Amino acid sequence: MHNLTLAELSAGLDAGQFSSVEVTQHFLARIKRLDGNYNSFITVTEERALAQASKADKQRSADADSVSALCGVPIAHKDIFCTAGVRTSCGSKMLDNFVPPYDATVVENLAAAGVVVLGKTNMDEFAMGSSNETSYYGPVKNPWHSDCVPGGSSGGSAAAVAARLTPAATATDTGGSIRQPAALCGITGLKPTYGRVSRWGMIAFASSLDQGGPMARTAEDLALMLNHMASFDTKDSTSSEQSVPDYCAGLSQDISGMTIGVPEEYFGEGLNPVTEQAVNAALAELEKQGAKLKAISLPHSHLSVPAYYVIAPAEASANLSRFDGSRYGYRCENPVDLRDMYMRSRSEGFGDEVKRRILVGAYCLSAGYYDAYYNKAMQIRRLIKEDFVSAFRDVDMIAGPTCPNPAFEFGAKGDDPVAMYLEDIYTIATNLAGLPGMSLPCGLVDDKPVGLQLIGNYFDEGRMLNVAHRYQQASDWHSRCAPGID
Amino acid sequence: MTWETVIGLEVHTQLATKTKIFSGASTAFGAEPNTQACAIDLAMPGTLPVLNAEAVRMAVMFGVAIDAEIGLISAFERKNYFYPDLPKGYQTTQLEKPIVLEGKVDIQLDDGRTKTVRIHHAHLEEDAGKSLHEDFHGMSGIDLNRAGTPLIEIVSEPDMSSPEEAVAFAKKLHALVVSIGICDGEMAQGSMRFDVNVSVRKKGEALGTRTETKNLNSFRFMERAIEQEVERQIDLLEDGGSVVQETRLYDGDTHTARSMRSKEEANDYRYFPCPDLLPVEIDQAYVDAVRASLPELPEARRARFVESYGLSAYDAGVLSDEPATATYFEAVAGQCGDAKLAANWVMGELAARLNSEDQLIQHCPVSAEQLAALIARIVDKTISNKMAREVFSAMWAGEGEPDTIIEARGLKQVSDSGAIEGMVDEVIANSSKQVENYRQADESKRPKMLGYFVGQIMKASKGQANPQQVNEVLLQKLNALL
Repeated sequence: MHNLTLAELSAGLDAGQFSSVEVTQHFLARIKRLDGNYNSFITVTEERALAQASKADKQRSADADSVSALCGVPIAHKDIFCTAGVRTSCGSKMLDNFVPPYDATVVENLAAAGVVVLGKTNMDEFAMGSSNETSYYGPVKNPWHSDCVPGGSSGGSAAAVAARLTPAATATDTGGSIRQPAALCGITGLKPTYGRVSRWGMIAFASSLDQGGPMARTAEDLALMLNHMASFDTKDSTSSEQSVPDYCAGLSQDISGMTIGVPEEYFGEGLNPVTEQAVNAALAELEKQGAKLKAISLPHSHLSVPAYYVIAPAEASANLSRFDGSRYGYRCENPVDLRDMYMRSRSEGFGDEVKRRILVGAYCLSAGYYDAYYNKAMQIRRLIKEDFVSAFRDVDMIAGPTCPNPAFEFGAKGDDPVAMYLEDIYTIATNLAGLPGMSLPCGLVDDKPVGLQLIGNYFDEGRMLNVAHRYQQASDWHSRCAPGID
Repeated sequence: MTWETVIGLEVHTQLATKTKIFSGASTAFGAEPNTQACAIDLAMPGTLPVLNAEAVRMAVMFGVAIDAEIGLISAFERKNYFYPDLPKGYQTTQLEKPIVLEGKVDIQLDDGRTKTVRIHHAHLEEDAGKSLHEDFHGMSGIDLNRAGTPLIEIVSEPDMSSPEEAVAFAKKLHALVVSIGICDGEMAQGSMRFDVNVSVRKKGEALGTRTETKNLNSFRFMERAIEQEVERQIDLLEDGGSVVQETRLYDGDTHTARSMRSKEEANDYRYFPCPDLLPVEIDQAYVDAVRASLPELPEARRARFVESYGLSAYDAGVLSDEPATATYFEAVAGQCGDAKLAANWVMGELAARLNSEDQLIQHCPVSAEQLAALIARIVDKTISNKMAREVFSAMWAGEGEPDTIIEARGLKQVSDSGAIEGMVDEVIANSSKQVENYRQADESKRPKMLGYFVGQIMKASKGQANPQQVNEVLLQKLNALL
C-alpha cells in the first residue's frame, strides 16, 4: 500500500479497495517501525490522524461525488507550518514548546480538502541549512544512504516521502529547500511562483523568498497537492490574486514544439560530471518527445549565491527578532533583567547556523554597510530577474541540474558554510526572481539520486508539471526505491 | 547677548480607525490589558500584516488638508530594535517613501500676524504597546492593546522660534486632525504626542546643536519642556560649554527632563523595506476623492462664524478651532436665537467651569440644549444674568432642566411693572435722606448714587426684580423729584 502514489491511493479510496483508516493505520505503523532509521518526523499525530481518517471515510461514504481527490489521503506537514493545537517547532529549541492556536492557510486548505495529517516533519532549524544537520531534533538520514544527508531544509519531508512513510508532504523553499532535498532523496518537489501559495502561518525565514510547495513521488501527485495548496489569501499581502487552474488538467499534453532553454552557466565548473551525465540524458529524453533544446545564458548566475546570502540573512535577522523569550517559546532560566533574558534566551534557544545568519544579516543592514551589502544585493537581484525575463522571451521553460552533486556525507561541509551554501547554486536564482522551480529524479549514481531541475515562467506551474509528467511517463527513476525499503 | 530659538516638532497622531493598522484587533482605548491584541499584534510566528485601507485614507486626508503633495507610491520599512512593548522586534514604519510629502500649516501669532510652518513630511506607522513599571514588584508589565494602533508621524521643519509658537502650531494641528475626523484628540489618552527638537543660536549664526525631548503629551508640558531646554542650552553656552546632541525624556510628574541617550549611543535601527507588505499605490483620482470628502476646516469655519453669527474675529477663532467647541456653540446659538450671548456663555461661564474642573466639552454635564434653554430665559427676561449663573451651577450639578431649577428655586425675575413701581415708590418713601442727597448732588455724581436705591429694591424683591426695569423706573421716579 505504501508504494502507491497519492493518485493511486485516491483512486483506491474512491473504488472502496481500502478505507482511509486502513491507509492511515498502515502509514502510522510504518512510521513507528521505520522512522527510527531516518528521524524524518518531529511529531507524529496518531490520534488526530485516525480521527481525520474516520471523518474522511464518513464523508466519502456519504457523498463520494463531492469529496476532493485528497479526501482521506494521508500526508505530512513540514514543521514550519503552524498547526492549531499541535506543536510547531520549526526545528528549533526556541519553539520546542510552541503550540500555535491557528492553522497556516496551507494547512487549512488541505484540511478542507479532507487530508489526513500523519505528523510534522523534521527540518533544518528555521529552514536554514542544506543538509538537515542544523535541526534541534537531530539530523535526518538519507533513505538511500544512511551516511548521507537528505538535503535541506525540507529534509524530513523528502526522506519521509522517499522512505514511503507518507505519500506526500508539504515543504518550503527559500533558496532550494524543496528542490535540493527532493533531488538528494530521489523524489519530486515543486517550488511554486512566489505568491502562489499563501505564507500565512508559515514561519518566516526570508519573507521575500519563502514559498511553500508540495513534495511527492510523481508530478501527478504534486499537481493534486498544489490544486489545494495554492490560493489567493487576504491574510498574505504578497499572495497572488491570479485564479488557481486545475494543475491535473494538462498533465498529459504533448510537449513537442516546446522550447527548453539550457543555461550554459548551470553546466560549468563545479558541476559533478556524473550529475551532468544524468541531466543530459534527461534532456535528451525531452528532446526525443519533441521539445527543442536551446542554449541560453543567464549571465548573472554566479552572483546569485552572494546576493542571496545578504538578502536572506538580512530579512531573517528581523524576522527572528520576535523570538525574545517574552511571549512564547524558549525563555532562559531565572533571568536577572531584560537584557539578560534577551541574551540568554536567544543564545540558548538558537543554534549556530541561525545565529550566524542573524549576525550576517544584522551586519549587512548596519549603518555604513547597507549600501555596500543590502543595496548591492538588491541590485543584483534585479539583474538576475532581468536575466530570466529576457531568457523567457525565447524559451518556454528552462532545464538543468538541481544541484551540483548527489548527497554528501554527514559533516562533510560542516566546517565550511560557504561550501554548503554552494550546494544551492542552481536553485537560489529562481527564488531571487520569484519564479517557479521543480526537481524530479533523473538518474542514480552509486545508488544516489540525481535531480533534473525545471524552471518555469511566472505562474507556469501547469506546464512544468506537464513536462515532468511526460518525462515520468517515459522513465522510471521516480518509482525507484531506496535499498532496504520494501 | 540675544539668543534665537529654533524649534521643530514631530507629532505622533493616533488615527481614529476602528481596527489596527495591520490587524483586525480593536483600537478602542481603556480595555483590560492585552484583551485587544490578536496573534498579529503579539507577533506570533507565521503571522503576517495586512494594511488597513482606512489608515491610508486618513493619512491622505491629513495630506490634502495641509495642501501637501501625496506620495502616490509609498512604502513601509522595518525599524529594528528590541523592547518588550515592540513584539516583532521591529516597528513597521515609512522612511524613504512616506505617504504625505511637503505641506504647510499657518498659525496665528498673538500679535495678529500669521506664520507658516512647513511640514517636511508625514508617514504612516504602527504604535508600540505600553510598559507598566508599577505594581509588578520590580518586574514590568506589558500591555499590547496599543501595539499596532495606526499613527501618522507629522514632522515639521524647524520653523518655530518660541515655545508659544510651538504650542500654537501644536494646537493648530490638534484642531485640524480632530476637525477632519482622523484623530479623537484625547491628549490625556496619548492620542497626540509630541517630540520637540530644540536648538539655540546667536542671531545670524548657523544652527546650533539640537536636542530632542520626547514623550510630551500636553500643550502645557510641551511649553514648559521647551522653556526649560532653551534655558538649559543658553546657560550651557554662556558658561562656555557646549550642547551635546542627545535625546531627552520629559517627566510630567517632576517637570524635569533627563538625558536618555547621546548621539554616540543612538540605536542603529537597520531600516530595510518590509518584505511582507507591497508598496502602497494610490492614484490621483483617489486623492481627489479624499479631498472632495474633506469636512469644513477650522479656517473656513472661523470665517463662517464671523460672517453668519456676527462674531468678532477673536471670538470666532476661539470657538472654531476645536470642532467639539464649534459644534457645541452652533447648537446653542441655533436653539437660543442669540449668537452673541451664546458665544459669551460658551467662552465665559462654560469654558471657565470646564477649565476649573479639567473637563472636556465632549463630556460636559450641561448639554448644548440645556444651555440654550437657559440663555432663552435670559433673553425673555425671565431671569437675570446673575440668576442664570446660579441655574447653570445647578445644571452642572445635575439638578435637571433650567425651567425646573428656576421653578424649584423660585428664581423667577419680577418684570411686572406695577409691582416694580410699587417697590420703587416704597424705597423712595423710606429713604428721604438719600433722596435729598441725590437731589443736592452734582449731576455727574448722581449715577453712582443709584446703587443704594437699586440695592434696597433688589433686597425688597429678594433679588428677583428685573434689574434693567428697576433701573429705568428708579431713574424716572428720582428724576421726577428734581
